[in-house]
Amino acid sequence: MSSRTETMPVFPDLSRVSRVDEVGVEERVARFQKRSIKKESKVHALRLALSMMDLTTLEGQDTAGKVRQLCYKGRHLHDAYPDLPHVAAICVYPSLVRVAKQALAGSGINVASVATAFPSGQSSRKVKLADTTFAVSEGADEIDMVISRGEFLQGEYAYVFDEIAAVKEACNEAHLKVILETGELSTLDNIRRASVLAMHAGADFIKTSTGKVQPAATMQVTLVMLQAIRDYYMETGRVVGMKPAGGIATAKLAIQYLVMLRETLGKTWLTPTWFRFGASRLANDVLMQLVKERSGAYQSLDYFSKD
Amino acid sequence: MKRKPNARPRRKTAARAIDFQTDWTYAPAPESTGHIQLRERYGLFINGQFVNPKSGKYFATTNPANEKKLAEVAEAGIADADRAVRAARQAYETVWSRLSAAERGKYLYRIARIIQERAREFSVIESMDGGKAIRESRDVDVPLVAAHFFYYAGWADKLAYAFPGKTPKPLGVAGQIIPWNFPLLMAAWKIAPALATGNTVVLKPAETTPLTALKLAEVFRDADLPPGVVNIITGGGATGAALVNHPDIDKVAFTGSTDVGKLILKALAGRKTKYTLELGGKAANIIFEDAALDQAVEGIVNGIFFNQGHVCCAGSRLFVQESVADVVVEKLKERMETLIVGDPLDKNTDIGAINSRMQLDKIQAYIKIGRDEGADFYQTSCKLPAKGYWCAPALFTNASQSHRIVQEEIFGPVLAIQTFRTIEEVLEKANNTPYGLSGGVWTDKGAKIFKMTSKLRAGVIWANTFSKFDPGSPFGGYKESGVGREGGLQGLMPYLQLA
Repeated sequence: MSSRTETMPVFPDLSRVSRVDEVGVEERVARFQKRSIKKESKVHALRLALSMMDLTTLEGQDTAGKVRQLCYKGRHLHDAYPDLPHVAAICVYPSLVRVAKQALAGSGINVASVATAFPSGQSSRKVKLADTTFAVSEGADEIDMVISRGEFLQGEYAYVFDEIAAVKEACNEAHLKVILETGELSTLDNIRRASVLAMHAGADFIKTSTGKVQPAATMQVTLVMLQAIRDYYMETGRVVGMKPAGGIATAKLAIQYLVMLRETLGKTWLTPTWFRFGASRLANDVLMQLVKERSGAYQSLDYFSKD
Repeated sequence: MKRKPNARPRRKTAARAIDFQTDWTYAPAPESTGHIQLRERYGLFINGQFVNPKSGKYFATTNPANEKKLAEVAEAGIADADRAVRAARQAYETVWSRLSAAERGKYLYRIARIIQERAREFSVIESMDGGKAIRESRDVDVPLVAAHFFYYAGWADKLAYAFPGKTPKPLGVAGQIIPWNFPLLMAAWKIAPALATGNTVVLKPAETTPLTALKLAEVFRDADLPPGVVNIITGGGATGAALVNHPDIDKVAFTGSTDVGKLILKALAGRKTKYTLELGGKAANIIFEDAALDQAVEGIVNGIFFNQGHVCCAGSRLFVQESVADVVVEKLKERMETLIVGDPLDKNTDIGAINSRMQLDKIQAYIKIGRDEGADFYQTSCKLPAKGYWCAPALFTNASQSHRIVQEEIFGPVLAIQTFRTIEEVLEKANNTPYGLSGGVWTDKGAKIFKMTSKLRAGVIWANTFSKFDPGSPFGGYKESGVGREGGLQGLMPYLQLA
């Protein structure tokens, strides 16, 4: 699954980055939201959404106990419903990577760890790299880094680029997801530019948000990033994944994201290998919809475990 | 960290393509038809009643998506047209012209509200009779229909403010002939300003799409509109000619082909009858290198594939600046692969059925012409239903000004693409057409938008968008695209004497 760039990353020609028109993006998103997904098509999408989930807990109060419970949930989403997929990854802070790694042994579920002075990224390069190295040494399969938004907004694109490239190197075999924190980048043009920077610097995934800043993921922002991924693929042939995170709490919204993914990037990306939902609340709503499709009735939320 | 010299990799796109053949597909999501009511046979709507035609003739209207008959409608002859005009004249003289303007407005508001209440029924029938996707009839056509009646309802008692210093007076009886591409919307564009200004109407809907106009007659009855204020006569070209040639018509409003528009102008020569004509188009949609390309691609799709390309203001000539031409065409082809063509009543359908066998033949003939002319043809690989009239979205690259597919209106989902280098070149080419209905400009630079819009000779020009309509915005053509304006304050003028 690893796709380490073998050659040194090349700083992209940012003057070639396509502009983004916000009104047009809104209109396109509205079209995705109007697709009618019913019956077997809905069940397929719901199962896919579960398998793409990065079940996340990123709290100051997180403990080994909490993380173990979450890992169990990730393996056994709803045992009353047979043959459900497991989630793609469990996402935790570096200090809890080892716990998660043990709890998930043999499950096929990855451990993702945030790093690089998450969520603000306001620290030295040295601390960020140490944070990354620690998470990797604890056993993280995936590193979710944050970019330095302050540097980006000052126009220090080379700084941001070099930092991502350095973290990528520190990741070793671990997959690198680069969080743009789109809620702090202000314009869709900035988001597109940051996406291009991150991909050229070696990102395996680009990710919208930490979940700590509002707005977090939106369909508009995700579409712009998907289109950047598409252009990068056409230019280089390298597939980069996408992870919207934060604010995706309902099955209906998750399906709309999948419609957007399907009609923008197609088959290659329609898998947990290249698309993830970063979410803490989404799973139970998806499970409830799945059960409803089978039984015809909505169950009480108390039938679904809250971990 | 050292960086490599800044060499841009050459695009090698042939080996890479986005694969949209996914395991996950959308299940059918058909809009139900159980709630609609259609009679087996419709007469002519004259003087507030459905009456049998004196001609004794009827013809079938079919669903172009499955070729099944939906209903029979009367074919009005000369005597029927005369009867309708006389009813309109009588209603004008005895009722409508004597009503206070505020009362006229109330009727229009009532009509608008009833259309909103019955929006679902109208959308479904519009899609069944005309072939357009329910997504469009539901989200575009019918809401705009209601919006037009609301808009002109507001003007009814404010005409003196619209034209300060003048005394606006109605003309009398308006004969209105509308096309099959937006049957109900064109009826609203014609009827709403005519009634708001105090005129009465004889409307002739298109031969292939009469049903929503006849359903509109039910709305007029439910709204208690006085009998004879709107009369609806169905039929083909001969019925239209009978209406235009009637000596007691004060005004002709026509939307349709330039060829028929010319015939109407000939028929009206030497008469006092006023007229507005909204005719064909071959709009230039112009993409500059500094445009937001992904959104521009959406605009191209909306411009040419909206309503199967059956749009007089369709962006049927695409001009792309050479520096981005390859990228834009590649993105466009990819986007076209995701368009869903099929059952107009399915909520996921993007492109519905071609309106008639005749129109499909015409489109296919133009595709052959384009290929014979040597332009490069591309058509999406989507599956088409076995029954009905269908045309997968298509485009021609390497088209040039001398190609017929660039010069003539195809009125189908077929785009002709040309490239350009400079602003001067694209302006010259864009204006080098007998038409001038609409145009589109895509650039991130505001000054360029103003430069372009002031020099393009077309009635409507969209900047960084396409196919947007609003009742407050006037619509109409330069050159052979038409005479007069519909919509907005300007749309009142063709129905008034301004003394």
